[in-house]
Amino acid sequence: MKAFTMAAVLAATVALPSVGMATDLEVTHWWTSGGEAAAVAEFAKAFDATGNHWVDGAIAGSGDVARPIIISRIMGGNPMGATQLNPGKDADDLIAAGLMQDITDLATAEDWAHILRPASQLESCTKDGKVYCVPVNLHSAQWMWTNRKVFTDLGMEPPKDINELIADAPALEKAGIQPLSLAQGWPVGLMVNDILVAQAGVDNFVKVYKDRDLTIAGGPEFAKIFETLASIRQYTPADKMVPQWNEAVGLVIQGKAAANIMGDWAGGEFQVAKMVAGTDYDCLPGLGVTPVLNTGGDVFYFPKSADPAITKAQLELAHTLVTKEVQVAFNLKKGSLPMRADVDLSAANDCMKKGLEILDHSSAVFPNDIQMIDRDSLNQINDLFTEFMANPDMAAADAQAKFVAIIEAAPK
Amino acid sequence: MDRPNPLFRNLNSKLASLPMMLIVLGVFVGGTLWTVLFSFTNIKILPLFTPKQWIDGFVGFANYKRLFNSDRWMSCPAITKIGQEGWQLKCTGAMPNMITYAILAIIISISLGFLLAVMMDQKIRLEGMFRTIYLYPFALSFIVTGHVWAWIMSPEYGLQHAIRELGWTSFSFGWIADRQMVMYAIVIAGIWQGTGFVMALMLAGLRGIDEDIWKAARVDGIPAWRTYIQIVLPMMKPVMVTTFVLVASGAVRIYDLVVALTDGGPGISSDVPSRYIYQNFSANLGQSLSASTVMLVSMALVLIPWMRMEFGKKSQA
Amino acid sequence: MANSNLAAGPSGAKPKPFITPQRAVVYTVLIVCAIFFLFPLYIMIITSLKNIQEIQSGNIFIPTLHPTLDAWEKAWNSACTGLYCEGIKVGFWNSIKITVPSTIVSIIVASLTGYSMANWPFKFSEVFFTILLLSSFIPYVVMIYPLVIITRELGIYSTLPAVVLVHTIFGLPLLTLLFRNYFASLPQELFKAARVDGAGYWQIFFQVFAPMSVPIFTVAVILQVTGIWNDFLFGVIYAGPTNYPMTVQLNNIVNSAQGGKAYNVDMAATILTGLVPLAIYFFSGKYFVRGIAAGAVKG
Repeated sequence: MKAFTMAAVLAATVALPSVGMATDLEVTHWWTSGGEAAAVAEFAKAFDATGNHWVDGAIAGSGDVARPIIISRIMGGNPMGATQLNPGKDADDLIAAGLMQDITDLATAEDWAHILRPASQLESCTKDGKVYCVPVNLHSAQWMWTNRKVFTDLGMEPPKDINELIADAPALEKAGIQPLSLAQGWPVGLMVNDILVAQAGVDNFVKVYKDRDLTIAGGPEFAKIFETLASIRQYTPADKMVPQWNEAVGLVIQGKAAANIMGDWAGGEFQVAKMVAGTDYDCLPGLGVTPVLNTGGDVFYFPKSADPAITKAQLELAHTLVTKEVQVAFNLKKGSLPMRADVDLSAANDCMKKGLEILDHSSAVFPNDIQMIDRDSLNQINDLFTEFMANPDMAAADAQAKFVAIIEAAPK
Repeated sequence: MDRPNPLFRNLNSKLASLPMMLIVLGVFVGGTLWTVLFSFTNIKILPLFTPKQWIDGFVGFANYKRLFNSDRWMSCPAITKIGQEGWQLKCTGAMPNMITYAILAIIISISLGFLLAVMMDQKIRLEGMFRTIYLYPFALSFIVTGHVWAWIMSPEYGLQHAIRELGWTSFSFGWIADRQMVMYAIVIAGIWQGTGFVMALMLAGLRGIDEDIWKAARVDGIPAWRTYIQIVLPMMKPVMVTTFVLVASGAVRIYDLVVALTDGGPGISSDVPSRYIYQNFSANLGQSLSASTVMLVSMALVLIPWMRMEFGKKSQA
Repeated sequence: MANSNLAAGPSGAKPKPFITPQRAVVYTVLIVCAIFFLFPLYIMIITSLKNIQEIQSGNIFIPTLHPTLDAWEKAWNSACTGLYCEGIKVGFWNSIKITVPSTIVSIIVASLTGYSMANWPFKFSEVFFTILLLSSFIPYVVMIYPLVIITRELGIYSTLPAVVLVHTIFGLPLLTLLFRNYFASLPQELFKAARVDGAGYWQIFFQVFAPMSVPIFTVAVILQVTGIWNDFLFGVIYAGPTNYPMTVQLNNIVNSAQGGKAYNVDMAATILTGLVPLAIYFFSGKYFVRGIAAGAVKG
């Protein structure tokens, strides 16, 4: 017992968290790389200008690492002022438990329903008619990135879509170039989903994921796509896989691989390498087949606080995040698309402009996977896809059958 | 200590053990009960610790059914016949991977650790330096050292590549990308990380041996190596048991090593139970807790009989 | 028996004046193993001395011709973790504040528990011990939420005492086992002799057992300091944002998934973070001497 008392005294004399100024707002997020931090700095700058103070609580490693920490902090009764969290089903439990601040009044007063687009983003922040989070940007995952020089050096025309790339693959392999680079883990699932939506079309994809249409998931069209995937496997054997997505993009930048399938955040890597879109590399939304984008994006939630000053600061932050200037400054640095259509984006690069153009044709825009299906099923789908792509012994029909089983078992 | 009231027997001992008893009852027993109870629910991310949430979320054995139907957890496709010799049961999945890893890691790191400790015990020069060299992997965050091992073992730019460049073009070392061999690649890194501590533990054990034993052995003319094996080793049994449990519990909970080195790949061929538990923890808590319960029950089935044999008989006063 | 407790050196073969075949074998084994153990460190160090272009284009085994300490300087002073670009040094004192009390408290609690179990067993002590042993096989992560609730109800959530308590809890199973088995391996005649002399629980612990157990206390310190110093999850969850240990910065530098990976800074940051446990390993040498001088009690 003595030991405990001693530790308590010792600890108490060293430091206890000071009761902060009412306007200090701790914000947790997982944006820690150079470009991301620069983007966050825009938020912090704008928030500090309101007379409050942004206390940065960055924790790298989204999802598996950050989520238990964020939930613990909220459950332990010492929540942060605001936190990044995936929109959609992730936060449902927290909202249902009454732990999240309702910001409906602010959203109504500022008419977010009309100034923020697409509507699906605000919808995923809305539960039972009440708004709980602020969407700050749009990310899309359906991009193919190609190094033009690799193709022109071989006297080939750079491919305009994934099918042309597959046709070129044998020639590329012969020249010692990996047709398609791939990183382990979630990038495999991302690539497979991208190929699914590009080949099957947005309607079918959404019907499977959102409406759980098993006849489509198990049908001949999907069967053909699984066959295509099986034929891609030979170009991405396990010993060619790299650990991180940015290494896979790096292989394309260095010309060791011809193409990579990755979200729009890969564009930042090309920018850092001082390559120019359209000249040195191509970015092909919807893998060039059908120009589609999903609307992943980042949102901020505000855990409920007993302190009215914190609540006030939370609302001020929510307001700040969607103002025009902040949206432009933040998204240019982040490489993502702004939530508002009424802002000036003349400084955007070609890839961003392509994205904006698709965004205006709303039929090509579909929801992010986590907005359609729960994370547990997503994890299982990802496991299945990684296993399928890595295991040459797994037949396409087997993989499809397992895929159908997961979709069938997913809670509505 | 002559008091008649049994409550006051060894009173100081009980007082000193009070924090332990509180922790065992409050945290380990309580936490385990919580784990088992909530493994029967469909709670996704937020446990509220309320009976209502438990009742509303009750799903019976659904999580367990899913767990045992999952190829990722364990799949023993069939008993395959191999040649004339007989039959072979080949299982894949997280559980069999962990068992493979645990058996190899326990055997190799304990024998290598003991060997190193004996060598260190020979009045060698630079003992501090050698000890630090063997121990340092234990001190460095595996997030990064795991990446270094992934580099070394990568067929693309690691050892295989370097040795082929030196002219030995048929040299092949691609375990990390080979579904059949990847667990052995993880064992290598695990040995590298954990053996130093086993060595330190063994060294402490060796140095706890009474000086007189050595003198007696020397007087009797028993060679040093026989003294180690026949006299010292049996005396070190308690330390051996400690080492065994330490290495075994680390192996059963193996997580960082796999995440840093292969992240379960290629495919999910090097997945382990802890990774399954961690990944489901913030997505499907009930499922995660059911996996944890299965692990705990399997451990109890193995450990309790062993402990009865090991510790039960000598409840000496 | 002229040797006193701490001055005695290691045992084993008698020292010989020159290299014998036997010693050649010993040194060969030690050096071969040392090379295996040092190999990844070699790669980490040469990588930390390269610049990013060299890392991307070069062979990982070949040292650079133009070594630079930039990555080290950056890792310590200016690597960005979120908004703040102050390197890993910011969490250093917090790590000390967490590690020192956690190590001390956990070792005190566990050594007394182990001593009670080995020498002063009481009713149900074996049952407690069995549960403790089983607990060492629980994956830490499933205990996170129950411990959040426990520390919240104790009113210490998000403070240093909470993280000290959590480290004590998770250290307890293995440390208790460590001490219990070590004390059980000590010659029981010593314990009986002390009892005959009228010594009680505390006297025997402090005057007889503790002095004989310096090596095992050293091992316990190594185990705890390493584990606690490198811990990231419990520090973040239970210590509160004002007490974040330096592993939070390390994690942010190393784990940031987006943007070009600065492997040289990662390597330098990792080695820098490991320096405190490494120093303890190095300087623990003199505590690894023979603990038992049989004459200590007899004479």
